[in-house]
Amino acid sequence: MAGENAVRLRPPRNAVDRRSVGWWRTQWLLGTAVPVAVLGVLGALIGPARFWLLLPAAVLAAAGLACAAFFPAWWYRLHRWEVTDEAVYVRTGALWQEWRIAPMSRIQTVDTVRGPLEQLFGLATVTVTTASSKGAVEIEGLDHEAAAGLAERLTAITGATPGDAT
Amino acid sequence: MPGDAGEWRRLDRRTSLVTAAVLCGVTAGAGVPVTAGLTGSRPLWQALAWVLAGAVLLIGGGTVAEQVRLRHTRYRIGTDQVELHSGLLLLKRRSLARERIRSVDLTANPLQRILGLVKVRIGTGESTGGGESTLELEFVTRTEGERLRRELLARPAAPETAPDHDGTLAVLDPRWIRYAPVSFVTGLLGGAAAGAVMQVSEWFGVQSEVIGWIGDRFRDVSLTWVVIDLVLLATLAGAVGSLGLWAEMWWNHRLEREPGGTLRVRRGLLSTRSVTLEEERLRGVELVEPLGVRLAGAARVDAVAGGLAEDDEKHADLKTLLPAAPREVAARIAAEVLREPGAPLSGPLTPHPRAARARRLRRALSAVLGPAAVLALLGALLTPVLFSVAAGWTLALSPLAVALALDAYRSLGHALGGAYLVTRSGTVRRATVALQRSGIIGWTVKQSYFQRRAGILTLTATTAAGERAYDVLDTDASEGLLFAAEAVPGLLAPFLEPVETPEARSTEG
Repeated sequence: MAGENAVRLRPPRNAVDRRSVGWWRTQWLLGTAVPVAVLGVLGALIGPARFWLLLPAAVLAAAGLACAAFFPAWWYRLHRWEVTDEAVYVRTGALWQEWRIAPMSRIQTVDTVRGPLEQLFGLATVTVTTASSKGAVEIEGLDHEAAAGLAERLTAITGATPGDAT
Repeated sequence: MPGDAGEWRRLDRRTSLVTAAVLCGVTAGAGVPVTAGLTGSRPLWQALAWVLAGAVLLIGGGTVAEQVRLRHTRYRIGTDQVELHSGLLLLKRRSLARERIRSVDLTANPLQRILGLVKVRIGTGESTGGGESTLELEFVTRTEGERLRRELLARPAAPETAPDHDGTLAVLDPRWIRYAPVSFVTGLLGGAAAGAVMQVSEWFGVQSEVIGWIGDRFRDVSLTWVVIDLVLLATLAGAVGSLGLWAEMWWNHRLEREPGGTLRVRRGLLSTRSVTLEEERLRGVELVEPLGVRLAGAARVDAVAGGLAEDDEKHADLKTLLPAAPREVAARIAAEVLREPGAPLSGPLTPHPRAARARRLRRALSAVLGPAAVLALLGALLTPVLFSVAAGWTLALSPLAVALALDAYRSLGHALGGAYLVTRSGTVRRATVALQRSGIIGWTVKQSYFQRRAGILTLTATTAAGERAYDVLDTDASEGLLFAAEAVPGLLAPFLEPVETPEARSTEG
């Protein structure tokens, strides 16, 4: 077990952009608001079942608010990323942590994606894919200008790295 | 286009005979019940006339359409490209770069064999857009198919090819048929047979009579015995079916290594199949032991290769290099396929920590106790009968769940064997995969909150072949990371740091 040579994965060097907390929080709130609103409207319209519609709505709203308050701040501390000359390294998740590593020599495509919410917060996601359909690495919550620069840098590095990527 | 484009060729004209024959079969199959249905409301000769007219129209029309398709389909093999043009109204032009072609498979069902035709499937092994990366020729003559296969896969002979390894690697031993009835196919076919009896009898409106007849056979026996007998009967039918299916699939099986670095599997009793794959695309092999087959001491060998359609259920059996055979034979042939004298699949594996066992036991028991708790709760609310159901369920399934969990734990293991990473897991379908270390194109490390507390984690090696990702489940956190770092030098090592105290491992970095 934890012998003298015990190792662990070190945290990647860079934190995600501070605005990610707001972005994640908005996602939680929107994700909660839709079912709560549906249940609330139904509760207002259907008299006999009002209690059994409004109760889950209240529970859901409370749970969603708690998650929105709690998880984004936790994620912000845990979501980290790093790009070296050899590899892309990303850590995500809180309860289910996940570290993903893709070597530069095997990277096939570099995509930058900005959803509507991300645009609102000035954020972007960089996705790096390899020849394995299960090996994609996503760097979420980057400042959109930094993301564009990173994508450019990644493209340049992968272009300069020899190998057929499979 | 640079280079010689080659001359246009057409598919074989006899293809329309295949279509006509298939349509004859279809109309015969559909015609009988339709005639039977029509005779209810009108005289027999009228029903027959209607059905025959329909049949002639269908067969004639289908054959003419096939003739038109044949006339408008042509292909050519150039020095750089393989092109296929087809379609009358919707023109389709597909071309593959020859250097990207990774597999050429020939298949022929009995009808096509009588006519001397084969279907040719040319694959490139691109991971994107499954359908776009293959090209199918239906049908050409067998000699033309062989010619295409040889021509398209001809490569300048690889210099590292060891001559003593060339030639036949495995030939089917007919005694291996004894592993056919213990596969899952038996259960499936047995169930299908029972279902088919019910379905067919329903079509003819005699289902209740069939059930009554079965009831008569068992007039003097208790219901339990009736059920046991029927299950045995279905199993017997399934076993016979699985023997037949095995013979049809694996007869004349032969695994060969051909000069130029390709592996070829030929097999089939009635339908023949020839699967060729480039060794350059081979990223490893998988030793698969479904439960029944494993209890019989056997295993089958699958290829882990790019270029084989991996999400295509129809072609799922194409990756099998060797059917269920005695485990030593399977391991030896796997080692020969890999050209790895160390036989990575038969070496000892590092076992996983006890936390992995506890995790499996917990999961198995909660899968049993969860439904039992629901039943008990419903019993408290509705009727006490559910209590006894819950008790019976728990008593019957707990030992089974524990046995499976312990076996699943025993299956876990990983090791490095020469140029290969070996990992094993599973109980109902135990699979040992040997993955080329240079074929690993990334790592994913996952750790749930509970895994973190237990000091274990799950490693996933991603690759461009086979299932695209292979897991090392619930390995000791530190040992697993060092293992991954050693397996692919330079990839994981820069991201590791020493742990000072055991407590430090469980805190967030």
